[in-house]
Amino acid sequence: MRFVRRYLIPRLIQYVAVTVLGITMIFFIPRLMPVGPVEKAVAQIQARGTYSDPKAAEETVRALREMYGLDKGLFTQYVAFWRRLFTGDFGPSLVAFPTPVNQLIGESLPWTFGLLLTTTVLVFIIGNLTGGLAGHFRQSKVLQVLDAVVMIIAPMPYYIVALILIIAFAYIMPIFPVGGGYTIGAPLGFTWASITDVLRHAFLPALSLILLGAATTHQIMRLIVQGVNEEDYVRYARIGAVNERTIFFKYVMRNAMLPQITRFALGFAGLFSGALITEVVFAYPGIGFLAYRAILSSDYNVLMGITTLSIIALTTSTLLMDLLNPLFDPRIRLT
Amino acid sequence: MKTLRALFRDRRFAIGAIVMLVLLVLALLSFRSPYDPTVWRLVPLDQPPSREHLLGTSSLGQDVFWVLTFAIRNSLVLALFSASISRIIALFVGLVAGYSGGIADRILMFITDGFIVLPLLLILVLLAMILQEHLNLVTMALLFGVMGWALDARFLRSQILSLREREFTYTAILSGNPTLKLIFNEYLLFVVPLTMATLIGNMMWVTGMEVTLAYLGLTDVTIPTLGTMLHFALNYQAVLLGIWWWIFTPIAAAVALFVALYLLSISISEYLDPRARIQRVGAR
Repeated sequence: MRFVRRYLIPRLIQYVAVTVLGITMIFFIPRLMPVGPVEKAVAQIQARGTYSDPKAAEETVRALREMYGLDKGLFTQYVAFWRRLFTGDFGPSLVAFPTPVNQLIGESLPWTFGLLLTTTVLVFIIGNLTGGLAGHFRQSKVLQVLDAVVMIIAPMPYYIVALILIIAFAYIMPIFPVGGGYTIGAPLGFTWASITDVLRHAFLPALSLILLGAATTHQIMRLIVQGVNEEDYVRYARIGAVNERTIFFKYVMRNAMLPQITRFALGFAGLFSGALITEVVFAYPGIGFLAYRAILSSDYNVLMGITTLSIIALTTSTLLMDLLNPLFDPRIRLT
Repeated sequence: MKTLRALFRDRRFAIGAIVMLVLLVLALLSFRSPYDPTVWRLVPLDQPPSREHLLGTSSLGQDVFWVLTFAIRNSLVLALFSASISRIIALFVGLVAGYSGGIADRILMFITDGFIVLPLLLILVLLAMILQEHLNLVTMALLFGVMGWALDARFLRSQILSLREREFTYTAILSGNPTLKLIFNEYLLFVVPLTMATLIGNMMWVTGMEVTLAYLGLTDVTIPTLGTMLHFALNYQAVLLGIWWWIFTPIAAAVALFVALYLLSISISEYLDPRARIQRVGAR
């Protein structure tokens, strides 16, 4: 198989190598600092030990020392880290010792996943549709106004949009809750009240992600559609008096969608970091908020787990997209 | 001069340049500030905007307007400094990979692709968490500079790849020019304007990252930047207490900075890419 030898194997090697490179980087760089992350945590727990039960603190420190082999060399620690990683173990949380990091991540993952999945799909649909319309019907005044609005939204950072939405819709006009994933104390379950409560809380975070994501997609799609509009086959269809609707949907949009599908994975990556920030601003109980709490309490282990998982998630999604691409675009042949 | 006039004909460039000029004037005003931005409780707390305090005062007892001037200055300096570092890396990687090709190209592009895929935000957060107290303007600029070059290195490489196939390259090589002379005399002329366009884009990225890290409280908060201003306003519950002038000032300044940089960057890169320029004018 030419395809396997020429494309698949090098691509898989690259995938593994990039993932390993990224994880190695986040393992070593913090340890090259004058104060290593685990030592820092140990010192912190020891300092706290004077206030809380000294025995429990002593226990934590001993378990950590043993686990990370602090008395052994850096390389031994590195090997141990990989061994634990392969069994899917990120160790215990340093602050909520001995709750495993896995459990904390497992509890937050569904929130982030739900938020990301909904917004990614909506961004793709909305952004491409408005972008396509704006690129195709360039004379329309309404769409020109939309273009101008998009131009102001697109460069903004996620937290600015999130903050503006909070101030507008939670303080000035209190339509939506200020933050959180659900009303505290309310039972979570598959009841009507519970579902609407969750949706109400998710609305503003999702809106801020959709606004920004759709604005970026809109701009790229508009440029692509303008390019496709100049193609000979579109001009030919126009001369052949094919009606404008058919031209737009069948000739222009279908062809312009292809590069956008390729960008889908990249857009997902962009939304991912956006979601982390948005969750912090809205105190939404997902991965980003977990990371934020880990930052506040310098819980290195939790943050390390989240970062490692995100590296794996991003490299894998890019790989999958690259491999699936020829299914959508027959012009790309992976050789 | 001619270039500038052509650029100003683009309305987006004109708006971007004017907003940028206003921000620059504000940044320069910081040199004439009557207050030290690192000292608290210099003025009465929580005063709404008045003639004495143009943008009111904060709960820290600082004059919001004068802190803003320092914040804009520091944020701009950081962005420029850091973006320049990453431009040097991007230019080097792009030139070497694009011109030499072969194994060097493969290795460099492998590293570049790695950097593009990695979740830089989380990695920066992780590093910032450990550096924290040491994260002043210089270390922050270095950190962002080392992280933010990959996409533009790829872009510059693709430009060099197309330049290498042009005729003047062959003319230069065949007339016996050494490689370095070719690169410096011929290619840089093409590549420097493109690098400038990416510089502005990268400045946006750096400012965004700085505000994010400061927002999370991960930078040295004693240095006034747009990020630390926002950090303090949020931490002191400016929204809840209704001290809108404190929270709106950094938000408005950040939005102005982002929109200005963005308008400048798209209009400059369109100017540099004649195909896009023709499309804008509508001629074929």
